[in-house]
This record gives sequence, structure tokens and C-alpha cells, in this order.
Amino acid sequence: MAKESFFRTLFKSASQDADQDDQQADLAKVGCVVPDASRCVQCGVCGYNCPVGIQVRDYAHRGLPVDDPRCITCGNCINVCPRGTLRWETQAHELLKDRFLLTADLQV
Amino acid sequence: MQPIRYVIVGNGAAGVTAAETIRQHDSVGEITIISAEPFPMYSRPGLAYVFLNEISKEQVFARQPEWYQQMRLNLLFGKAVSLDVDRQAVQLEDGRILPYDRLLIATGARAVPPPYAGADLKGVHYLDTLAGTKELMKQAKRRRRAVVVGGGITALEMTEGLAHHGVDTHYFLRRDRLWGKVFNDTEAKILEGRMRQQHVHIHYNTEAVEILGDRRGRVRAVRLKDGKEFKCNLVGIAIGVRPSIDLVKDTPIETDRAILVDETMQSSVRNVYAAGDCAQVYDPWTEQHMLDILWPSAVAEGHAVALNMVGKHRAYKKGSPFNACLLFGLHISTMGQINPRRDEDEPEIHQYLSRGSSEVWYTYPRHYASAWAEEGDNTIRLVMDGDYLVGALLVGDQTIADPLRYIIENRVNFREIHSDFSIGGLALKRSVQRFWSKSNQSQAESYLNP
Ligand SMILES: Cc1cc2nc3c(=O)[nH]c(=O)nc-3n(C[C@H](O)[C@H](O)[C@H](O)COP(=O)(O)OP(=O)(O)OC[C@H]3O[C@@H](n4cnc5c(N)ncnc54)[C@H](O)[C@@H]3O)c2cc1C
Ligand code: SF4
Ligand code: SF4
Repeated sequence: MAKESFFRTLFKSASQDADQDDQQADLAKVGCVVPDASRCVQCGVCGYNCPVGIQVRDYAHRGLPVDDPRCITCGNCINVCPRGTLRWETQAHELLKDRFLLTADLQV
Repeated sequence: MQPIRYVIVGNGAAGVTAAETIRQHDSVGEITIISAEPFPMYSRPGLAYVFLNEISKEQVFARQPEWYQQMRLNLLFGKAVSLDVDRQAVQLEDGRILPYDRLLIATGARAVPPPYAGADLKGVHYLDTLAGTKELMKQAKRRRRAVVVGGGITALEMTEGLAHHGVDTHYFLRRDRLWGKVFNDTEAKILEGRMRQQHVHIHYNTEAVEILGDRRGRVRAVRLKDGKEFKCNLVGIAIGVRPSIDLVKDTPIETDRAILVDETMQSSVRNVYAAGDCAQVYDPWTEQHMLDILWPSAVAEGHAVALNMVGKHRAYKKGSPFNACLLFGLHISTMGQINPRRDEDEPEIHQYLSRGSSEVWYTYPRHYASAWAEEGDNTIRLVMDGDYLVGALLVGDQTIADPLRYIIENRVNFREIHSDFSIGGLALKRSVQRFWSKSNQSQAESYLNP
């Protein structure tokens, strides 16, 4: 998919020692995998299918966007999740988080 | 001041969420989790995916031992067998006594055995615990023909798993409709089609009355209601669950089907709380204390109970019960109140709640209207109470699942699209989408049409 390879190039070009905040800002711009914590049953199917071994389940548990710089945006985790917990989000995480995450205040 | 001693019985979704939340608010309290199963927390719904070989057995662990250390949670393996509410202490099977200042009972629910003879034969299995699932997988490799009994998600997951392992799988239905407490005829037919594609044999109006064994104590057949024998060497049982509340048996703690809790999740006895599958919580929709056998409910209750245990009095408002699942490749989500009828004549044994469901789904305090749309293997069913949406069931396409859930949970007035309810198919879906995006403007647009 053209969209995905675009993301990939963008991630590759991000220099390794780039400021963490900058990287996160980039991710926020192009998007990343975002969970709906209230749907997640912690089954681990997502992480099991992640080619780079990110434990997506831990993000889903806390209701946080998967901002791991190793993410190659392949979308596997989104496709395999049996509960429809994960989606690709290009913007507005913050707004959606308030709306859909019942456990949002767990993050404090 | 002495640190508060928190004791949590149960290492599942409710217990672990509570422990984690207590630690976030009380950095010095002593937190002990008692677990009858000798593992760190695992995902109980994940057992179905272990059985389907979608994940390894190791992957089902949702927490590692190090996590307990990091959070300074003392994980004790053992079974709590008695409770003294006057002296505020729990006794374990091995004799250890644990005093508490605040006790959380989060013991979950266990599968009920069949109410007929033969339940203890070798070859009778449940999809209930990690140990049981491992045994089931070992046996599925050796057995040629299986019968599955039970009406809910777990029975269907078991059927799917057995078929996946190449076992000749026969699913017995007491009536003529799959998951009869939740599905209507069309929804049931769609799933049945998927099951047949995977070579599951569905037997309607068929009821086992006894499991028969051979001389070595192994299953050889089941006896049917009409007296015939049906040969098989594995029987999968998933007729429902019963909350594990033995611990409170000889105490003044009030119970109904499970432990009754108030809005602070406290039982009728001070400093004793309950959450998850073993707790019966006041439900504002039905105005009764209701039982949910649902992971998200266990997590939400675990969170709420913890806040109250650390002294931040927070009334818990039970949300609308929700479940999303994947059965035979079909996505299904269920929310709010969806059952069009309730069978008053059901014998008690069949009234047990099955895993992944909520009593709220079948309880009808008022008369409701419904809307329906179908398009191939995709269906939408909406249940309305006046101008408000109170329940929905989606099979296949899940695009409008989250909007519907939001509309139900927040009691959004839905009258505007009432007139669209007589239209079917994609038009109903579009109407919901339009309604949703109108009330949420651009943000919802990007959400529904990524
Ligand atoms: C196959 C399967 C499929 C499921 N599918 C879904 C689904 O699709 N959607 C959904 O929402 N839910 C589903 N569920 C239900 C969900 O797993 C439960 O609702 C949830 O796990 C409840 O969490 P809990 O913490 O209340 O109880 P549990 O997870 O049962 O945890 C209780 C723990 O307490 C321990 N314990 C019990 N008694 C004692 C004692 N006396 N002393 C010490 N320890 C004790 C037990 O060993 C257990 O570990 C499914 C369950 C199964 C088995
Ligand atoms: S696959 Fe989905 S439900 Fe399972 S742990 Fe991952 S995000 Fe949660
Ligand atoms: S998108 Fe791919 S790489 Fe990124 S977390 Fe999901 S599975 Fe892993």
C-alpha cells in the first residue's frame, strides 16, 4: 500500500538519536495504532503477530497509542485482533481517548 | 500511620486491575494477591485463541512475574478457604492466615458441570482454565469424535477449536436456534452457515441426558433424550458458569446469585468488597442487581473497587454491558438489551449465564421496539425504548459499533432517525452514520471513514 510505504520511509528517515519528543510529534502527524482499552481482553494475539515484537497488549491495557519507534506500520496487529480493539489513527487521539476509553483515568 | 493491608482473593482481570489501581493511589500499602491457579495473570478469553492455535500457551500470560515485583504486589499461590469477618482474616487451604484491613473478593466464576450422570468420566472437558485448556488440547489430538453441549460463546469457541483440530465435531442444540438467548433466526443462520463451512455438524432439538463410559472410565457415547446413544469420545461442556462464592458461605455477607455490592462495591460487611464475575452490581438500566460475565465489566469494577478501597469514595455506575467476539471468522458485537424474548420455562440449569454475556442482555423491564437490517452476512439489530437506543447487535460489518455504543451509554436522543427504521440494509447503517457524524462533526467523520 502506498500509504504504508510512505510511513515507512518517514520512519526510516527519522534519525536514530532524534529527540524522543520530536519522534512522537512525527508519529502524531502521520498516525499510529490506537487502542480502545475498553474492548481489549488482553489475549495477546496482537503482539504475537507483530513482526518486530512490540507487546501491543501493554499499550492496549493502558489505552495509549503504540508510539514505539520500531513499529513498521504493517497493520498486522489491527487485522488479527479478535475484538476490534485497534485502529489506525491519523489524528485526534486525544479527543477519541476521552470519548471511548472507560479506563482512561488508569493512566495517571 | 501503619500501612493499610489489602488482601485480594483472585488473580484475574478484576483482582489484578484492582491491585494495580490501589498501588497507583497508595504507594505504601501492603498488597497481597491470593491465586488458586499457580500462574501470573492470564487472559481467560485468550484461552479460546490458545485452543485455536492462534497464540502460544506462553503468550496468554498478560502479566509477567517481574511485573508483580515492580508494582510491589505480593503474589501468593494457594486457595482461600475461609473468612472471618470479625477478626478480619482469610485462611488458606494450607493453614496460612492473612489478616486484612480491606479485603477484595475477586474469585470469578467457574464452569458448571452437566446436571446428569457421567460428568466425571475421562474425556469430559471445559474451556475454563489454563490447565483445563491444555488438557483439552492434548485430548483433541487423540480423539476422533466430539459432542459439544451448551448455548453461549464458550460452547461455540469450543466447537470452533475442536473442528480446527480436525475432530469430527457435533454441536447439540436443545432448541432450534444457535445462541438462542441472544440471536434471532437470521443471525443464527449466518453463523450456522459459517460453522458448516468448517464441517461442524449441528444437531437441532437434541439434548444429552447422560454421558456413558467404558470399563476404563472413558467417554464412549452420550445418551439422548429419545433414548438413543450417540457415539463419541470427547464431550465439551459449556452450559454456563456459577460465581465462585464458597468463601463467603459461612459469613453474614449477603449473596443472591453472587455477592451483592453497593455502589462503592462494598458487600454488606464493612471492609469486604467484591468485583468481577463473583459480584452482583446495581444496574441503572434494569434497576436491579445484575451479573456480568464479561472481561470489560471485571476491569471496570476492579478499577472502581480499588478507588473505594483506598478511601476515595466513588460511586460506581455500571456501564452498558458490551462484548465483541470473533466466531468462525465472523465479528459479532452485542451491547445493552437485545433479547427479543425470555424463556420463562427454562429449567434452572439452563438459566446459568454463559461466559462472555450479561444478564442485562436478557432482562426487559419495559416494552421495547426494534429495527433491523440485513445485507448478506452483515446484520444490524437496534432495540429502542421510546426515543432512546438501549441495545444493539451487529454481525459482520462493525463500522457503526462504536457510535452505537456511545449512543447507548450516553443516552443520546435518537428520535431524529426513527423514521429511517423501516428502511433496511445499508440505508439504516448510513442513517446511523449520518446521525453520528452530524452530532460529532469532523472528528467523527475521520473516525467512520478513515
Ligand atoms: C473461554 C472463555 C471465553 C470468554 N470470552 C469472553 C468474551 O468473549 N468476552 C468477555 O467479555 N468475557 C469473556 N470471558 C469471560 C471473562 O474471561 C471473565 O468475565 C473475566 O475473566 C472475569 O474476571 P474475574 O477477575 O472476575 O475472574 P477470573 O478471571 O475467573 O479470576 C478469578 C481468579 O480467582 C481465583 N480464585 C477463585 N477462587 C479462589 C480462592 N478461593 N482462592 C484463591 N484464588 C481463587 C481463580 O483461580 C482465578 O484465577 C470468557 C471466558 C472464557 C473462559
Ligand atoms: S489482540 Fe486485541 S484484544 Fe487481544 S490483547 Fe491485543 S488489542 Fe487486546
Ligand atoms: S503495526 Fe505492525 S509493527 Fe506496528 S505494532 Fe502493529 S504489528 Fe507491530
